[in-house]
Amino acid sequence: MSIRERLSGNEATATAMKQINPDVVAAFPITPSTEIPQYFSTFVANGTVDTEFVAVESEHSAMSACIGAEAAGSRAMTATSANGLSLMWEMIYIASSLRLPIVLSLVNRAVSGPLNIHCDHSDAMGVRDSGWIMLFSENNQEAYDNTLMAHRIAEHKDVMLPLMVCQDGFITSHAIENIELVEDDKVKEFVGEYKPEHYLLNKEEPIAVGPLDLQAYLFEHKTQQAIAMKNAKQVILDVSKDFEKMTGRNYGLFEEYQLEDAEIAIVCMNSTAGTTKFVIDNLRKKGIKAGLLKIRVFRPFPVDEVAKSLSHVKAIAILDRADSLNAAGGALFEDVTSAMYVNNIHVSAVNYIYGIGGRDTKADDIESVYTDLLEIVKTNKIDNPYRYLGLRKEGDK
Amino acid sequence: MAYNVKDVVANKPSRFTAGHRMCAGCGAPPVARHIMRALKPEDYAVVAGATGCMEVSTFIYPYTAWTDSFIHTAFECAGATLAGAEAAYQSMKKQGKLPEGDTKFIAFGGDGGTYDIGLQSLSGAMERGHDMVYVCYDNGAYMNTGIQRSSATPKFADTTTSPAGKVIPGKMQWRKDLAKIMVGHHLPYVAQTLGYMNFKDLYEKAEKAIYTEGPAFLNVMAPCPRGWGYPTDQLMQINKLAVETCYWPLYEVIDGKYKINYKPAKKLPIEEFLKPQKRFKHMFKPDNEWMIEKFQKEVDSRWQELLDLEEITNRD
Repeated sequence: MSIRERLSGNEATATAMKQINPDVVAAFPITPSTEIPQYFSTFVANGTVDTEFVAVESEHSAMSACIGAEAAGSRAMTATSANGLSLMWEMIYIASSLRLPIVLSLVNRAVSGPLNIHCDHSDAMGVRDSGWIMLFSENNQEAYDNTLMAHRIAEHKDVMLPLMVCQDGFITSHAIENIELVEDDKVKEFVGEYKPEHYLLNKEEPIAVGPLDLQAYLFEHKTQQAIAMKNAKQVILDVSKDFEKMTGRNYGLFEEYQLEDAEIAIVCMNSTAGTTKFVIDNLRKKGIKAGLLKIRVFRPFPVDEVAKSLSHVKAIAILDRADSLNAAGGALFEDVTSAMYVNNIHVSAVNYIYGIGGRDTKADDIESVYTDLLEIVKTNKIDNPYRYLGLRKEGDK
Repeated sequence: MAYNVKDVVANKPSRFTAGHRMCAGCGAPPVARHIMRALKPEDYAVVAGATGCMEVSTFIYPYTAWTDSFIHTAFECAGATLAGAEAAYQSMKKQGKLPEGDTKFIAFGGDGGTYDIGLQSLSGAMERGHDMVYVCYDNGAYMNTGIQRSSATPKFADTTTSPAGKVIPGKMQWRKDLAKIMVGHHLPYVAQTLGYMNFKDLYEKAEKAIYTEGPAFLNVMAPCPRGWGYPTDQLMQINKLAVETCYWPLYEVIDGKYKINYKPAKKLPIEEFLKPQKRFKHMFKPDNEWMIEKFQKEVDSRWQELLDLEEITNRD
């Protein structure tokens, strides 16, 4: 029997980490992810876990230490947000290029500047092409479940890539909600032991990690990373199937909510999906065929599956919680529209930048997006595909 | 057993092998080779390298010069990277996931990767008390990228970012005293050394550093023929002059107590060290005597400070 609890997203993540019992956790405090290493160091102090907790002096060192620990042959985890991830940026690329299945909990927050501590996805978007698997979580339950699945995916021999589990800062990380936990022994069995093929501490087979890799080989090595990322898709599906057998909770590459017969749809990630579902339920009562595609697996991006799933709708709004500042739309918008283009599917699509720096996104805001989509379907016209949602207008107080 | 270089070389095969691509006359390879020889033959090592000459010349895919396990990640984080590996060792050892036997952890970084960009990572690793040795091979500039000044570059040295020009005569600042910064971390073992007198001092300090429990730091001068401008066969002579002029004193600090390991009977004037090096050539031009005087004064004052520290820290 699963355990019913009430936990915040950070507590849920720390609980998952406790059950995973990694060999090393190296972390540095940064709002809103600070609580994760805080709770975890209590588990260490009380002997609840076997982990060596390395209280590093920066996030750059947190990721460096995770790389050293994982390369040594151990399981290493960390957590961070925003500028912490920015400071790790150099090491984020090195972690994936060394094919080290480190697991990171990213509690999404706006990257400076100016300084802001609240939620948006600019931190995650800054590492979207770094070779990390990126899973997004709507709520505490999904943050917990994704974390439990993380090592099985990352450590799979066809993958061997680092993985980050994203959840919205404060909205998810600090909100206490109901959650179903898996029993410790079941988690232990599900996650299994990490048995790396090659590792620094194996004195029977000394290895060298992180060479100077010049014109003759770097191209092939980067391509191997790309292949591993492609392989990850099937592994994620397989692991999710096993997870469903254990918990009854079903996870795919993305979630379709009322999408099957939808005429208008929103594509978004993380907690905004919850608000969107609430709005959809209301619209459906009025006979409006609104739907949602909630991305869970952002990297690898499920190109063909997303395109196919949206092929029947008449208009789509893609919601980006980070502005790409490129005069060409947000990252998710580019990924979704590009996926549809290469699949030869043409559906009217608009982009909304929203929720920057923790700007509240209310049900009314989401409803206004569906109203816009209805207008697009009616007029068959898009005057401006690059839009803002919840932005102050001139004269607003 | 008394140190004998022939015995050491004969009985301890090199763990830093031939075939690497470091320059002839470079001070760093003999340093790395001899430090690795200070390991007990039965002990295994995980070595970390900061980006720099040594790393890019000893591990070019698919070749490595290291017979123990080696990891390089980036320029500024050899300290944190090795700290992570050491933490993994402690954790896995405690959990019974590793076989019997000792593994030692040694990091190598140049002065750029240690005094400058890697200082924070080094400080963190030392403060947290990881059981590891960090070795800085100090050649006094960013040699790998083409001889740019670092905070370890001596005053007046001509580098590509502190060129001896018509108005500014080379680097205008004194060098940072990294060993003292490490002493400020209250480490069980800090030492400054170089290859001199059959490498005895270097070997014995490496052995102490490796086999002292907890964090240890070695600052090792490693001349660079390209950056310093000396003939490649003069490496050992440059090392000798650095010690005999007291430019690079040999000392160790054990649990806070200073010990100067070599006091020249007759301290040579600093010109002896400066003259054979092209980077100081402008100091010997007419009207530039003041630079040599200033340099000498600084060397004297730092040497005196060291003598004082030895006296003060060994009082009953």
